[in-house]
Amino acid sequence: MKNVPLEIKVVDKISVEHSIKFPKFRIKIPKYWWKIIAVLLVLYTIIAGFLFKVPAQPILHETIRNLYFHVPMWFSMMTILFVSLWHSIKCLSNSNIESDIVASQAAHTGMLVGALGLITGSLWAKYTWGAWWVADTKLNGAAITMLIYLAYFVLRGSIDEEQKRARIAAVYNIFAYVMLIVFLMILPRLSDSLHPGNGGNPGFNNYDLDSNMRLVFYPAVIGWILLTVWIFTLRVRLEKIKRKTLLNE
Amino acid sequence: MLFLQVKYLVAKEVKLEMRNKYALGGILLYVVSTIFVSYLSFKQIINPATWNALFWIILLFASINGVAKSFLNETRGKLLYLYTLVSPQAVILSKIIYNSLLLIVLSGLCLFVYSVFIGNIIQDLSLFLLTLLLGSIGFSSMLTMVSAIASKTSNNFTLMAILSFPIMVPLLMVLIKLSRNAIDGLENWDLNYLMVLMFLNIIIIALSYLLFRYLWRD
Repeated sequence: MKNVPLEIKVVDKISVEHSIKFPKFRIKIPKYWWKIIAVLLVLYTIIAGFLFKVPAQPILHETIRNLYFHVPMWFSMMTILFVSLWHSIKCLSNSNIESDIVASQAAHTGMLVGALGLITGSLWAKYTWGAWWVADTKLNGAAITMLIYLAYFVLRGSIDEEQKRARIAAVYNIFAYVMLIVFLMILPRLSDSLHPGNGGNPGFNNYDLDSNMRLVFYPAVIGWILLTVWIFTLRVRLEKIKRKTLLNE
Repeated sequence: MLFLQVKYLVAKEVKLEMRNKYALGGILLYVVSTIFVSYLSFKQIINPATWNALFWIILLFASINGVAKSFLNETRGKLLYLYTLVSPQAVILSKIIYNSLLLIVLSGLCLFVYSVFIGNIIQDLSLFLLTLLLGSIGFSSMLTMVSAIASKTSNNFTLMAILSFPIMVPLLMVLIKLSRNAIDGLENWDLNYLMVLMFLNIIIIALSYLLFRYLWRD
């Protein structure tokens, strides 16, 4: 009879320990969770973007679906170019070559997304304004922005010494980003523009976008930005490997 | 301290320019002969858009030629000597101030010769002069910085053009808009554009001031 309470105590202890450890039921989140989300969101954007109901607008008609592809491209470009700017500033403060590689690869990715933005925009312009390209502040600004960043790549290509290239390219990159802000954010708001959201034109937010479209638009923005970041990380890894093999040769 | 250094450096630049006048004379001749060539092909221009565009194109190319030499022609030894004596901020500020003076003279001459040959159609001269003044300062600060960047590369004259053209476009668009308003003689000055122009000038000078430190040493 004496042993009974003792045994109960032991059993208790085991159960308590077990519940604390909880090893079998822990959900292990893989490091690449955001990549899965990116793929799912982009897939959802493509499927829902083409199939869901959209409001019938006079000139836009079905081209309004381009909103899910054209606008997120520019959002992703601004995000990734901001990453580029951030790493350029870091490069100047710690004079680290890796920051320069990250900054340049971010700019490369930004140009990729920017080119896609120009192409989707051009298609949209053809079906709504009637021309592939119109002389508009916003459109010209986007084109010049691409030129500024292409000049950045030329500048990087023309300096051989690594440390020097990192510093000088970083300085130019900071200039480039400031000019980009002036071009895409300030100037189009001052002058007349066909582009929605500029020159007195209302943006899409005001009345075209109903709750159905928001259901696709916001996931689309997040999905495209995540996908862009994924491409960017791949480029950075590739560039770092290239540099490592170069150094070892 | 900084102010004194800037003062001496600007004085040095002016003295150097006066000592060999051929560089300054070359730029002025460049402007005059370009305008004369346009006069031979255009005679008189009455269309405001063409007048404006031609004026700014001539001024843009002349400024690039005028400012490009500020860092590209400096010898390595002279720069090294300078770096041991003064702060980088003083170097860039003095170059910007000196180039602004140069461009103000250049644009004044450009306007004079241009209106003599091509014809003067400006209705609001004070706005045009203000635009020209702010434009000269903006051009000089932007081009001085680009010249400093380009001087660090191997093929610097080509790169000067490649780097400066796209980055100058925002400035140029605002300037063209404002000078067009001056030509048309609008009743009210477009304060938005003037503000943007001021803002651009301030931000370019601030960026040059902050970033030149990282450029100057090899």
